[in-house]
Amino acid sequence: MSQSYNRGLIEDFGRWREFSAGMWAWIFHKFTGWVLVGYLFTHIAVLSTALTGAAAYTETIQTLESLLVVRLLEVGLLAVAVFHILNGLRLLLVDLGVGLHAQDKSFYASLALTGAIVVASVPTFVAGVF
Amino acid sequence: MSTQVPEQVEEESSADAEQQSAAQQSRMEKKRQNAAARESQEQAEAEEKASSEEDTYLLKVFRYDPEVAGKQEPRFDDFHVPYHKGMTVLDALMYARDHYDSSLTFRHSCRQAICGSDAMFVNGRQRLSCKTQLSDLEEPVRVEPLPHQEVVKDLVVDMEHFYDQMEAVEPYFQTNDLPEGEQLQSRENREKIKMSTRCIWCGACMSSCNIAAGDNQYLGPAAINKAYRFTMDEREGEEMKQHRLEILEQEHGVWRCQTQFSCTEVCPKDIPLTEHIQELKREAVKNNLKFW
Ligand code: HEM
Ligand code: SF4
Ligand code: FES
Repeated sequence: MSQSYNRGLIEDFGRWREFSAGMWAWIFHKFTGWVLVGYLFTHIAVLSTALTGAAAYTETIQTLESLLVVRLLEVGLLAVAVFHILNGLRLLLVDLGVGLHAQDKSFYASLALTGAIVVASVPTFVAGVF
Repeated sequence: MSTQVPEQVEEESSADAEQQSAAQQSRMEKKRQNAAARESQEQAEAEEKASSEEDTYLLKVFRYDPEVAGKQEPRFDDFHVPYHKGMTVLDALMYARDHYDSSLTFRHSCRQAICGSDAMFVNGRQRLSCKTQLSDLEEPVRVEPLPHQEVVKDLVVDMEHFYDQMEAVEPYFQTNDLPEGEQLQSRENREKIKMSTRCIWCGACMSSCNIAAGDNQYLGPAAINKAYRFTMDEREGEEMKQHRLEILEQEHGVWRCQTQFSCTEVCPKDIPLTEHIQELKREAVKNNLKFW
């Protein structure tokens, strides 16, 4: 026996249908965390180019806020941030060894609560853009 | 020869039909009639045996053998196995091996979930085949070797790396104090380590962990659980506990765990693996923060 068959790593994310709650929570947490980092840099970049004067700043913000895409992206940002925070609290409990038997339920709760908060925020975010 | 590629039985009758010549027509006609009669009889028998669909199970089994020309490219073979009440995936595999293809290779021994040799990837999940009822599974039942381990042949994977990780945590009782007589354990302490002692070294947890898949040096859930069993055993004494924590605190020890809970989910012995790993992380933190 000198040979063996290595199926490599393809199997991992190709099997997403079989993932369970904890695995999804992990994927979403990494994803949202990195989206937040990405947003932070974009945020700094955009605002720092608009610092030439009060008028330039106001104009930049007004232009951005008049775009529907930006409003939708803001809803997305809220969703990502809320999920990251709620699941972050869940992970904190997991680290403290509290309620590990209900870790899947607390993931679903984070998801549901994120959904509710995001839906409730939509009117505020898109107000005046139409 | 046990490594033969299975022949298709159905092909024989069609091959016969091709050989016919004009002179043989009447003979062939008779033969065809016989075949039809035999077929209907076989069908009746099969129907009797499988009076409802549930009475046979379709298994799709991963096949691979680097030593046989026809099996070097991995493929799935279908096996229709007659079902009886209480039949497990392992029973079905054994039936398939004994009745259809003696070259079908897999590990098993105790058939009662205690030797830990038959962890497989069944319908997308690491399971112990002898502990998995066919009736709990959706058809077709897809049986594959454990992911993240190299396949040696069919359902047999190379467990060497898993065993290395188990050995790395010194999986045996040790103490620096010379015992005076029996080393009795308190009931409370026994309760604490009870679940962690149940590991049967099946490797399902390690296979389910995608951190372990990406980091070959990561001890993995089973080894950390094994370390938990001894770290938490008060009889080993403080000095030994320190030694054990030093192993666990290493870069590829407990800190690699990202609490995906995959291991806990698949462990056939229901060991709360993530809980044990998390507790050891807290022990490790306490061990290094000495200001209280
Ligand atoms: C109240 C707010 C937040 C909470 C409670 C929180 C909580 C957490 C926790 C507990 C983890 C560790 C996950 C693990 O164990 O695998 C984590 C990871 C991470 N967080 Fe946050 N976080 C918060 C805000 C943020 C913000 C604002 C950013 C971006 C600027 C961020 C970016 C990340 C990233 C990138 C990771 C992944 C790190 C890795 O790859 O391991 N988080 N967060
Ligand atoms: S911890 Fe559970 S899944 Fe892992 S090797 Fe032991 S018995 Fe198998
Ligand atoms: S055959 Fe021993 S554990 Fe399944």
